[in-house]
Amino acid sequence: MNPKELKYTREHEWIRVEGDECTIGITDYAQEELGDVVFVELPDVGAAIFSDKPFGAVESVKAVSDLFAPVSGEVVAVNGDLDNAPETVNTETYGDGWMIRVKLSDPGEVDSLMDSAAYQKLVDELRS
Amino acid sequence: MVGFAGWDMPVQYAGLIAEHEAVRSTAGVFDVSHMGEIVVSGSDATEFLYYVLTNDVARLRKGRSQYTLICNEAGGVVDDAMLYRLGETEYLLVVNAANVETASEWLAGVVGDFEVELENRSDDYCLLAVQGPETEARLDPGCDLDLTGLRRTRIREVEVFGRGVLIGRTGYTGEDGFEIFCSPEDGPAIWDELLGLDIMPAGLGARNTLRLEAGMALHGNELGVDITPIEAGLAGVVAMEKGDFVGREALAAVAESGPSRRLRGLRTSGRGIPRDHYPVKTEHGDGVVTSGTFSPTLQGGIGMAFVPPACEIGDSVSVEIRGREWEATLVEMPFYSNVSRWRAKSS
Repeated sequence: MNPKELKYTREHEWIRVEGDECTIGITDYAQEELGDVVFVELPDVGAAIFSDKPFGAVESVKAVSDLFAPVSGEVVAVNGDLDNAPETVNTETYGDGWMIRVKLSDPGEVDSLMDSAAYQKLVDELRS
Repeated sequence: MVGFAGWDMPVQYAGLIAEHEAVRSTAGVFDVSHMGEIVVSGSDATEFLYYVLTNDVARLRKGRSQYTLICNEAGGVVDDAMLYRLGETEYLLVVNAANVETASEWLAGVVGDFEVELENRSDDYCLLAVQGPETEARLDPGCDLDLTGLRRTRIREVEVFGRGVLIGRTGYTGEDGFEIFCSPEDGPAIWDELLGLDIMPAGLGARNTLRLEAGMALHGNELGVDITPIEAGLAGVVAMEKGDFVGREALAAVAESGPSRRLRGLRTSGRGIPRDHYPVKTEHGDGVVTSGTFSPTLQGGIGMAFVPPACEIGDSVSVEIRGREWEATLVEMPFYSNVSRWRAKSS
């Protein structure tokens, strides 16, 4: 269910690394826990994000949840389509529901993230 | 599922917005069996409830219900409740799940010389709230009573789907609807029958957004032992003129001097969504959000907040959302209601 080629955080973000850039979104478990997403608050292009620090927030009808940066770097693109279609986070979690693209400042940080098997184990524990 | 007052409760089934919209447009059903049921009976039942509750029980005729409050001597709200008069000297008091024990103990402590019996019957009742503009049409064929004749706030002993239940035309959504009190044995079968009528199961999440749009208070947020009903805008269910009752003196004093804060509705601009405990700034001083959400009906942020009493409807205020000030406006509550529709129908 969680794509094998992605990396994951304990805070339920996914990250797709491509060269020295990466794309970040939230996981299927996160979107399911949040329920209907109505607003995604994201940083501007050019902003710096820092590993383990909040970079934005997801508002669902039910609750609000901080987004934590899996890595450090500079935001090079923001998914503006989420402004008008925030529900894409629920429906296309690992695709069009992406949130930001980041130029990595320390590619080595990626190594400390979970692979899909490790993340699945975490989710299984949370659901049991 | 989430833990809630010792119960496992579904936050949502199909999805919060879908469930919310079903209740606003057609019909939804909530399993609210966690609610507490206290039966009050005995020759002094009316006098006792007259004394221990804030609303005027003497005006409540058999087969009707009223929203009411249990206050302490300081005028704080121990719990809010629906009171159904089942007989001359028999009442059903429906209290919040989290407060069943507290409310029971509080009531027992006030009994004194009243000839009254209190029974916590919470384990004997399932409570299914069927809510939405089409509930009457969908439920009526399965009920041995003509539901079109059952007016708002009324309660009757009837059979639905061949099973004996109590049915009240009440709810917590701002929509027309019914609440079915049945035995735990009959609960699952009635639930299945309701789902078979294309009534959508709805969870705690939608229950909260619906009650918020309807401007209804939630104990623990807008009400509590440190909050008086006058502050919460519920002076209308405190019958000051009825004579002595628990909390009267304190509430009269608050009414006389004016409350130090006042519950108001607010709408945020743009994409700000107020949540409980968010700080509010007004030109008359600070306030705090007690409940807030994204309103699926209004497609924007709504909330309730305690603000200084000098604040008026229409005032511009700000809500601090994650360190940023968001513009908001104080507005009348309810934010949304289908009240006029069912009032017209039932009058």
